[in-house]
Amino acid sequence: MPSSKCEGHEKLYAELDSYINSVKDQPGVLINVLHRAQELFGYLSEETQQHVAEKLNLPLSQVYGVVTFYNFFSTKPKGKHQIKVCLGTACYVKGADRVLDRLKEELGVDLDEPTKDGDFSIHAVRCLGACSMAPVVLVGERDFYGKVTPDEVSKIIEKYKEE
Amino acid sequence: MRKPITILVSIDSNSILLGARHFKNYLINRLEHYNLTELVDVLETGSLGRYDQGVLFLLLPDNKMYGIKDTNDIELFVEEQLLKGRPVKELIVEEIQTPKSVEAKKVTEEERIVLKRAGKIDPKNIEEYIAFDGYQGFAKALEMKPSEIVNELKASGLRGRGGAGFPTGLKWEFTMNVNAPEKFIICNADEGEPGTFKDRLIMEGDPHSVIEGMLIAGYTVGASKGYVYIRGEYFESVDNLRNAIAQAYEYGLLGENILDSGFSFDLTVRLGAGAYVCGEETALIESIEGKSGRPRLKPPYPPVKGLFQKPTVVNNVETFASVPAIVLKGAEWFKSFGTPSSPGTKVFSLCGNLVRRGIVEAPMGTTVADLIFKYGGGIEGGKMLKMVQTGGAAGTFIKADEINIPLDFDSFKNHGASLGSGVILAIDDSHCAVDVALNLMEFFAHESCGKCTPCREGTRLIVNILREFSKGRGTLEMLDNLYDIAYTMQNSAFCGLGQSVPVPLTSILDRFRDEFEAHIGADTCPVGVCRFDKKKKKARK
Ligand SMILES: Cc1cc2nc3c(=O)[nH]c(=O)nc-3n(C[C@H](O)[C@H](O)[C@H](O)COP(=O)(O)O)c2cc1C
Ligand code: SF4
Ligand code: FES
Repeated sequence: MPSSKCEGHEKLYAELDSYINSVKDQPGVLINVLHRAQELFGYLSEETQQHVAEKLNLPLSQVYGVVTFYNFFSTKPKGKHQIKVCLGTACYVKGADRVLDRLKEELGVDLDEPTKDGDFSIHAVRCLGACSMAPVVLVGERDFYGKVTPDEVSKIIEKYKEE
Repeated sequence: MRKPITILVSIDSNSILLGARHFKNYLINRLEHYNLTELVDVLETGSLGRYDQGVLFLLLPDNKMYGIKDTNDIELFVEEQLLKGRPVKELIVEEIQTPKSVEAKKVTEEERIVLKRAGKIDPKNIEEYIAFDGYQGFAKALEMKPSEIVNELKASGLRGRGGAGFPTGLKWEFTMNVNAPEKFIICNADEGEPGTFKDRLIMEGDPHSVIEGMLIAGYTVGASKGYVYIRGEYFESVDNLRNAIAQAYEYGLLGENILDSGFSFDLTVRLGAGAYVCGEETALIESIEGKSGRPRLKPPYPPVKGLFQKPTVVNNVETFASVPAIVLKGAEWFKSFGTPSSPGTKVFSLCGNLVRRGIVEAPMGTTVADLIFKYGGGIEGGKMLKMVQTGGAAGTFIKADEINIPLDFDSFKNHGASLGSGVILAIDDSHCAVDVALNLMEFFAHESCGKCTPCREGTRLIVNILREFSKGRGTLEMLDNLYDIAYTMQNSAFCGLGQSVPVPLTSILDRFRDEFEAHIGADTCPVGVCRFDKKKKKARK
């Protein structure tokens, strides 16, 4: 569990520390470090933020300020698979809202709340720079789906359930 | 040594969604099956900007372009074209005929400037870049005096491609003339403008052109350190650029005493974290310093006081990628493209309800109509064009009957249509102006950084009013109110984000006033898009 450093977590912290040590002499690396931390932990808990602040010798308030300013960072655990729907204008005029509605219906949740089993959460995001493939859905950090129709939604969800 | 036949597979962040990676592996598997691996090389290349014909395979030396939609197409391609030497006509992609517009010179494929190499070379291999004129602009720059480079750039008329169109030569001159021990070069690759994906495809298809532009900038202004600030979500761009930087170090094109010139330059990638306002140059600088990306008060401007309070040149990806060719071929050559006030070419991102969505490089001064109908293939699904938003989120909306406007840096002043970052977002007649405006304004309300009241409160109020309209509860006073808020924001918002929100808002209100009014007191949305609040309607009756 996030609050106590279990064995798995210790390994992740060790990995984070080795990254921090490799960059800590460069000015202004906080954001790159937070990127790495979120990649490792999935989100930035208070404990993780505290850890980063100590390692970089920064006040916790500054770390917290930065974490809450940027959309990319999350302070709360999200679903194991985060489904991001682009609502940028180019996707919107290609029916992104209908894709979003179908997702909410299929998973029975609203935006930004994890499903009961914690497997999924849905998020609305801005343009992802793949506008020629609109509407675009991103699962996790790297799995992009283009030209998504509402009817394809369940197929996409299914793929991640099997794992 | 290359094998007799080469197949270049166009792999970029957009084509991956069409299955490019999978098709490449499948192709290799088929080649092994037919024992063709000794004869045929399969390489990756960047974006050709087209996605309507599937994943593009460029066959060399025949110079035939194949559009692959599924694995059956690959079977056909291998069996017919490769084994029997018979071209498969139905899979061959026709080149788009480049339109001639009145003022603009025709650009044929060979005359592309920024996208010259994208889709032709392996972006992961520095040697291919070098074989294609790569780093020659930089080598020539090292023989020139910095002031000569500035003069060449000023004479070329190159203006920033990030949206504001500030003359690049002038910007560099400011920084060159400041006497400071430390200066910086920053490449703005935050690309958050909805509908824009050109910078991403430049970085994925030709990353060294950006590095070369930044090197020339560093040498010119006397900076020895550079940052590329890339959107965190742009994994492929980050990977390609990091790889290109590592190769440039290996070849002695970055680091200490480059090519024995005495000039040293270091380059690092920094990741953005998803805030649109960080594309604004001073907010971006704050973000590189590791802080929240809220804009700074200007002046002082970055060329004088920027990163860590040192003189800093901030330019867009496409701007840097334009520089090497100008230094190499000269200002006169560059000015032979485009219009007198906006020379050169522009990379446009075509999106929305178009048949062919993608990127295209066209001369400055190309009309919106040509971009939509000749390059974009017109409106899909037999629908009619209703409106076009040009320039990005902060750009103008124009109506279908206004599209003969030539796009360059003066077209906003002359015709009320912005060039901005080069987005052409076509919207068909199944969409409602109120709904489109609401979606866009929700974006601004979300991205307002909250530093100043006119923008933080203004965007919130605008969204509230537009929501009322979309529920059938709008009034004429509310329309006036929108104009008042727009006026206030334009005049008192702290940074470019808040100041520019009125541009799309008032342009859509002006042009679709009748549609907004038709939502007032009506029973249903005139276009059938907005879902009116039923309860409210009963109450009124
Ligand atoms: C809200 C806002 C967002 C911006 N986003 C970008 C961006 O994503 N990319 C970019 O190059 N310029 C962006 N700009 C413009 C930059 O502030 C700056 O003018 C530009 O990077 C200068 O480069 P250029 O002269 O080469 O165009 C943005 C400006 C504002 C106000
Ligand atoms: S105009 Fe908007 S984005 Fe700019 S400083 Fe003010 S609140 Fe922030
Ligand atoms: S608007 Fe959705 S990817 Fe650009």
